[in-house]
Amino acid sequence: MSPQGDFRIIGRPWTRVDGPGKTTGEARYADDLFLPRMLYGKLLRSHLPHARLTTLDVSRARALPGVYAVITGADLPVRFGIMPSTQDEETLCREKVRYVGDPIAAVAAVDEETAERACEAIAVEYEPLPAVMSIEDAIGDTSVRIQEYGDGPAPNVHKNVSLEFGDLGRGFAEADLVREDVFFFEGSNHLPMEQHSAVAQHDAGGRVTLWTSTQTPHYVHRALAKVLELPMSRIRVIATPVGGGFGGKSDPFSHEICAAKLAMITGRPVKITLTREEVFYAHRGRHPVLMWFRTGVRRDGRITACHVKTFLDGGAYGSYGIATTYYTGALQTVTYKIPAYKFEGVRLWTNKPPCGPKRGHGTPQPRFAIEVQLDKLAADLGCDPAAIRQVNATDPFTRTVNHLRITSNGLRECIERVVAASGFHDRHGRQPAGRGMGLAVSAYLSGAGLPIYWNDMPHSEVQIRVDRGGGVMVSCGAIDIGQGSDSVLAGIIAEVLGLDPREISLVTADTDLTPVDLGSYSSRVTFMAGNAALQAARKMRDLLLAAASEHLGVEPDGLAVGDHRVYAVENPERGVSFPAAAGLAEAMFGTLVTVGSYTPPRLAGPYKGSGVGPSPAYSFSACVAEVTVDAATGDVRVEKVWIAHDIGRAINETLVIGQIEGSVYMGLGEALMEEQIFRKGLHKIPSMLEYKSPTFLEMPPVETILVTTDDPEGPFGAKEAGQGPLLPVIPAVANAVYDAVGVRIDEVPITPDKVLAALEQKAKGGQGRVGPAGIPPFPFRDPLRVEPPAGWDAPWRPDLSIAGGAGGLPQDLHAGTALSDAKPRGDRREAPEGL
Amino acid sequence: MKVALTLRVNGETRDVIAAVHKTLLEVLREDLGLTGTKHGCELGECGTCTVLVAGTPVLSCLTLPVDVQDQEITTVEGLARGGDLHPLQVAFSELGAAQCGYCTPGILLAAKALLDRTPAPAREDVAAHLAGNLCRCTGYLKILEAVDLAAARMRGEEDGE
Repeated sequence: MSPQGDFRIIGRPWTRVDGPGKTTGEARYADDLFLPRMLYGKLLRSHLPHARLTTLDVSRARALPGVYAVITGADLPVRFGIMPSTQDEETLCREKVRYVGDPIAAVAAVDEETAERACEAIAVEYEPLPAVMSIEDAIGDTSVRIQEYGDGPAPNVHKNVSLEFGDLGRGFAEADLVREDVFFFEGSNHLPMEQHSAVAQHDAGGRVTLWTSTQTPHYVHRALAKVLELPMSRIRVIATPVGGGFGGKSDPFSHEICAAKLAMITGRPVKITLTREEVFYAHRGRHPVLMWFRTGVRRDGRITACHVKTFLDGGAYGSYGIATTYYTGALQTVTYKIPAYKFEGVRLWTNKPPCGPKRGHGTPQPRFAIEVQLDKLAADLGCDPAAIRQVNATDPFTRTVNHLRITSNGLRECIERVVAASGFHDRHGRQPAGRGMGLAVSAYLSGAGLPIYWNDMPHSEVQIRVDRGGGVMVSCGAIDIGQGSDSVLAGIIAEVLGLDPREISLVTADTDLTPVDLGSYSSRVTFMAGNAALQAARKMRDLLLAAASEHLGVEPDGLAVGDHRVYAVENPERGVSFPAAAGLAEAMFGTLVTVGSYTPPRLAGPYKGSGVGPSPAYSFSACVAEVTVDAATGDVRVEKVWIAHDIGRAINETLVIGQIEGSVYMGLGEALMEEQIFRKGLHKIPSMLEYKSPTFLEMPPVETILVTTDDPEGPFGAKEAGQGPLLPVIPAVANAVYDAVGVRIDEVPITPDKVLAALEQKAKGGQGRVGPAGIPPFPFRDPLRVEPPAGWDAPWRPDLSIAGGAGGLPQDLHAGTALSDAKPRGDRREAPEGL
Repeated sequence: MKVALTLRVNGETRDVIAAVHKTLLEVLREDLGLTGTKHGCELGECGTCTVLVAGTPVLSCLTLPVDVQDQEITTVEGLARGGDLHPLQVAFSELGAAQCGYCTPGILLAAKALLDRTPAPAREDVAAHLAGNLCRCTGYLKILEAVDLAAARMRGEEDGE
């Protein structure tokens, strides 16, 4: 059997189904839509970071020729937000603004220029309020309140969580070495090449259609219904091909709601496209996070306990922030057997654009911290950075101390292979000054185990229709944001039906035409929509085989599909063409439609806060980066990156490698240059020139190694590839800088000024470190103490071999590729905190 | 104020009356319906809106159409010959060099300008030539491979060997 198994399509490299259309200009993005009589909308945004609105007079704007409508917050009084528990956004601010860029009014006019003039004609007067611009001020300054709600004790605390698993005191007591380190990870923007854009139309029958560049049409649908106060059945949301998302188009946005409202008022289509500067202010990007890590290890490198504190600069609104807060504490345990673990996290309001999910959602920051700290621990112990990771690596089919279920797990193989490919052992610590290598590992979700709105419905649904010409039409709510979800659907269905992926016709992400998929976030689409597609395709194959069986006089078990035919396995000459089989099946069963759906197994642990972190499967990655550091300029140049990724099984090898290379690229941008930074509430660098991102010239060669572990629940064994491979890149670079020049930059991005400062400090006999000095005093709440899964004292047994850990494989886990737990659930539980 | 323009786009002569301040990008997209040309910043920073004017890449967001009236303009819609895709389009599609696809038209045109002059560019020269075009999805590597593959095929080396 080949490495691809018996598959014709799965695991091989093949042309993505939307590839050709994306090279001809045929792909139609939201801003490419021009409808008859279309108007152009613009939002007026606050230019102050925190202020009360005292006057808002739109009369002059309304009177301008060519202006068809002007709306303010009074027209859209209902609040919204992506998380049900943080409905804190107003489409247009009514009483106060909380960041530069907060929308105040919206206009629709005959063209963009007129819309801009109308915005300028709106009279706004503000009563400025003191602005809170940092984590420290948000904790220390109790005189200013940004939001009307929060977890306390200080007024600008959005979320304050504390969880403790296992016996932390015992863990630290058993340690031979304990380190405490403080790290800072600066925020960054997704910088999608396509600015957000939406076009709305209100038809004579009273229905609203919104075409929009979104990763989450389903949640936009919900938000529109809520704010427009219309039933969902009167709203149609169509996600257009997304020109780059990376998490930045996962929230419902004001411009989408305004476009719809303006279309309803004017009776004409309305388009609103954000400028690049507005994209920086709409944001929802990486949270800046200040982190404190205390980790104890034995002499042999085994971790005995870990205590983590994270401080998230959330910006002015909730967005996904509750989930982000938990994510900064959730996944450290998925790579390492940590016998006792405590996580305290706080998200703070500041007068900056709201932060949200960016590729890796809340996990790249603590992953940077723990991987750099492990590098320091290895240096302290005089042990090899690869060995300390191997000693602590989690095992397949175990549970973590915080009750996360791990199934397939290729972490050890990832480490072995990346170390071997890069020659890490011959080169780490053995190269001339100025050149160095660093290693780091990570894990990520293949889809969040719980939906944002807690309910018992499937997370992904697929419908397949086969017509009498043998045409296969697939509909699914999933939206291709470049990650290749269309190709995943087409590839899986083509594999099962014996066709070519290019022959599969797709209708996606249209709330009128497609069953729900929750969206392109949390690396969920391959796993969840893939499983739904697999189920629907198998049902369709069964119908075709049943009909062909009767016609051919061969039992269905003796039939196979392939190469556009249904044929007898024993005698492949005996068969019918795919269209003929479709005709026979339609004659036998009527219209040929099958459906599939996927609901993850119930995975949340027995505690409040357990809703964030569980996933039906985790991907694992290991990365080695090689850098040269110019001691004269502080410039860090990445020479090469080696990355091994446990993909479970690739559906399409070309696309998986593309996702990994793109993740490496984005990780390098965050490691070395990207920062979303502010001066007095204004973004310092809201342009693509000044906000530095890597170009062709900064991108090093990347050697990608795919590790196949065949996840028992993934479709054909597949897991995610879109986010996980970003995570280890950033700490691998930081560790490589230390290997090259002996300085620790405990702060991302690692810019030349920081490297120079650390080198200077070291030359003067200092420690050679740049990073935060400490964390502010903050009263985290009393921890929720959670018993680890049964057997969790195992790692402390002195006679335990390295491969310890608690067994966690549930009784009902399927073997082989199969759907898990897609059955309806009988009893209903309370929504876990955070979802 | 509006101005009458005669533009030669993708081999066709097109007459347009457009506001005098409109950029070539806006006229192509809004007046000629050629929405294959995209925009990422409209400030000349990202390369997304690249088109060819007399075979040379220009940023259409910084170009006034009146300045290019007598020259041949090529947009992504003009790359294919009839139903046959340009070798760059085929290679980008095959190798996954287009993910979200939004930067792709600009990069295809910039790459075409290079290959039209330099049939066998070194990898570093391709990177240098395309460095003004940002892409956030691919990490650029598949794009470099696709340009190599297309160049090889255009030289008659079918499999890029």
